[in-house]
Amino acid sequence: MTGVSIVLAIVILATAFGLWHRSNSGRMKTVDIRTAGTTEHGDAILDAQTIGVDLGTRATLVQFSSAFCQPCRATRQILIEVSGMVDGVAHVDIDAEANLDLVRALDIRRTPTVLVLDEVGRIRRRASGLPRKVDVIAALGQLD
Amino acid sequence: MTTTTEVCTRERIDPRGPRFGGAITTVVLAVALITMGTPVGSVLLTWQVIVFALGAFVGLWAQPYGWVFRAFVAPRISAPVELEAAAPPRFAQLVGFCFVAFALAAIFLGGTLIATVAVAIALAAAFLNAAFNFCLGCEVFLLAKRLSFSG
Repeated sequence: MTGVSIVLAIVILATAFGLWHRSNSGRMKTVDIRTAGTTEHGDAILDAQTIGVDLGTRATLVQFSSAFCQPCRATRQILIEVSGMVDGVAHVDIDAEANLDLVRALDIRRTPTVLVLDEVGRIRRRASGLPRKVDVIAALGQLD
Repeated sequence: MTTTTEVCTRERIDPRGPRFGGAITTVVLAVALITMGTPVGSVLLTWQVIVFALGAFVGLWAQPYGWVFRAFVAPRISAPVELEAAAPPRFAQLVGFCFVAFALAAIFLGGTLIATVAVAIALAAAFLNAAFNFCLGCEVFLLAKRLSFSG
């Protein structure tokens, strides 16, 4: 009977974790502006050199992806769509495995992670998992 | 509902295939856990090791549960809305293989408790995959990379 109890316990725990994860996945969280974007070099902001593209005049959507990531492709499509729709919004997709220093400095734990930078490169919003398009657009609207 | 114009290949697959496989794996591992220490339990674990090995080292197209999905399930359900890359679920098969092969080795060496723990973790991963489309191995991959190159 021990085996049955273990199986039941695993199913209950995994269900609880799965529900918790689903409710948190892709949610845009506000980043404290005073501590936002601090890298190991003490930089308060992410600049064009760090992320590899010019910052958008309004905002920049920074995505971290990896090879073994199911929702990364859908995330990329959403961010490309939003950056094409809203003027002054740039998008960059960073390979987490090839940029482990940056991943550690920004404490990226999952892919996809999406950072919303304001016009000077400060990290203002952060989401782990596939974000909803409306939430990305809303986050851009809240930057001003 | 829109359907994809893409055709399933060995690199781009119907995402419902791995979830279907995860459901069968969940049942197999649950029964293996309940019958742990009996010949039935060992046979089920051996079978699952072979299944994972085919998926990880040969390819998802060679994985028996994927074959069942393509032969009997896919023709009876709608076309997939979109396809996904085969690399993440294939990596998950490798992680599953490591845990279940370790459990099988532990059983033969008399370590039933440690085998139970390994199968329990594999069962949790298979269940999360089937029920929530959550790939535990994929999530751990980046964390492992972060650790392995630090310091």
